[in-house]
Amino acid sequence: MPELRTETMTVNMGPQHPSTHGVLRLVLELSGESVVAANTTIGYLHTGIEKTAEQKKWQQIIPLVERMDYLGAQSSSLAFCLAVERLLGVEATMPQRVQDIRVLIAELQRIASHLVWLGTHALEIGAVSVMMYCFRERELLLNINEMLAGFRMFPSYFRIGGLREDIPVGFHDAVNAFLARFPGKLEEYQGLLTKNQIWLKRTKGVGVLSKEDTISYGLVGPLARAVGVGYDVRRAFPYCGYDTYEFDVPVRTAGDVFDRYMVRIEEMRQSVRICKQALGRITPRGVFDIQDYRIVPPPKDKVYTEMEGLIQHFLIYSQGFTVPAGESYVPVEGPRGEHGFNIVSDGTNRPYRVKLRAPSFYACQSVPQMIVGGMIADVIAVIGSTDVVMGDVDR
Amino acid sequence: MFELLEQNLPAGSFEPVHAADGMPTVYLSREGLVGTLQALRDTPELRYAFLADITCVDYYPREPRYEVIYLLASLGSDGFGETPKRLRVKVRVPGVDPSVPTITGLWKAADWAERELWDMFGLRVDGHADLRRILMPDDWEGHPGRRDYPVQIKEPVKVYEPLQVTEDEFVASIQASRDRSKR
Repeated sequence: MPELRTETMTVNMGPQHPSTHGVLRLVLELSGESVVAANTTIGYLHTGIEKTAEQKKWQQIIPLVERMDYLGAQSSSLAFCLAVERLLGVEATMPQRVQDIRVLIAELQRIASHLVWLGTHALEIGAVSVMMYCFRERELLLNINEMLAGFRMFPSYFRIGGLREDIPVGFHDAVNAFLARFPGKLEEYQGLLTKNQIWLKRTKGVGVLSKEDTISYGLVGPLARAVGVGYDVRRAFPYCGYDTYEFDVPVRTAGDVFDRYMVRIEEMRQSVRICKQALGRITPRGVFDIQDYRIVPPPKDKVYTEMEGLIQHFLIYSQGFTVPAGESYVPVEGPRGEHGFNIVSDGTNRPYRVKLRAPSFYACQSVPQMIVGGMIADVIAVIGSTDVVMGDVDR
Repeated sequence: MFELLEQNLPAGSFEPVHAADGMPTVYLSREGLVGTLQALRDTPELRYAFLADITCVDYYPREPRYEVIYLLASLGSDGFGETPKRLRVKVRVPGVDPSVPTITGLWKAADWAERELWDMFGLRVDGHADLRRILMPDDWEGHPGRRDYPVQIKEPVKVYEPLQVTEDEFVASIQASRDRSKR
């Protein structure tokens, strides 16, 4: 009998592959259907935003940072605003109403991001209709963004020193309508997936990463909470008055794809709770910035009627404002975990250095560890469960 | 703010400084970096178990030119520290032949972060097993994160001659394809 010759096969997956969430490239070495080695290549979406930011004035950077993590845009801009505001020393004078609006918007953003995650993740595993349902609800959130700022994905609504403008007429009704509708829809998604045999077989026990490895890889957020590390920036290092809200931090222990799914579903439910509390505190009309016109633009009636207002208006729009020298890092809990900017100022109107702590960058790094030893079909499930956004990885 | 560090680390191994955002910040020497980071991670009273990020700031033309920043945190849950706390560790690196020791032995997260240091700032990471570019293409020249790297490079425009065929050649090629299809 002739000897059976066996050899491994190398398969190139990506960068143009629908299941790699953008332009992640994996070179997989396969033995039959199991993965024996994996190599990750990133950088296809590198746009040099951190370098570009060094040439811009502080306020001009907000649209840029929103385009880094394009699904959690407003948590990026929130993290950036908080870091700059700490250097400016205006945190103490930030009105409570602004903080409540910021909490509300950040939580709506988390729901929107998780909906895209759930939709695409389920689609990749084969549950096509879930994607349609998730995007249907996300559309309502994008409509709220459009109402706020006229822009759906990257509203640039958070500004250093407050918000761009006051919330629009009818904002409360729109958010209330969403919050009333959404918990029922969440049950619907769970009805389709949580006890679905196909879903369970594709996700249970797949892509397990131990507690120690998770922290060693720098994964916090939903990935760590799925393996029993109950760290949440909103609890550990509260910002924007999160310590005054009632919510639970969901923690599961298995650390597989299924538990990551359960954690994120529960997070959406908790976000709805926070949104309801925040919306109750926000008055339909009120202050929306710190009203320090060296940092935020003065209202138009002051510009047209007062000399000082006119001067401040021109200073803001031509030179911007200066930020005291120093460095600052204020993390927020983004949809993908700890999200923060380490910014350095040299005391001028442009930053000296901006660096994003990108949660997806670290999640992407851990993918080979999770897929080696598994089946090739699990690769898709694992990448989906890490919820990487390539804009965030490559920046 | 620094009492805990003073009690648990050898005297003189770190230099506390004031940071504008109020985060405890210390300078370490390049030689003592790995040992002190390991002590910061493993000493039960400190337990800075989480490496949030590694970054670098280029203070060109000042000397020492670079500062590498390690953002550490204690998570305050499940064996990763008792209380949530943060620490910023900095290392001064000279502009001539800049290098830092690798900390991939302590945190797996440091692997790509250190490759980014090399890619963006040209900092050689001693002991790193796979120090390649990560964000820029492999054949890229220069390190774009540096302050003296030009923001807009003006290179002479490359001109290529467009492919041109004469009318006769065009007719002949059409005829040839017709002949092929007839056969």
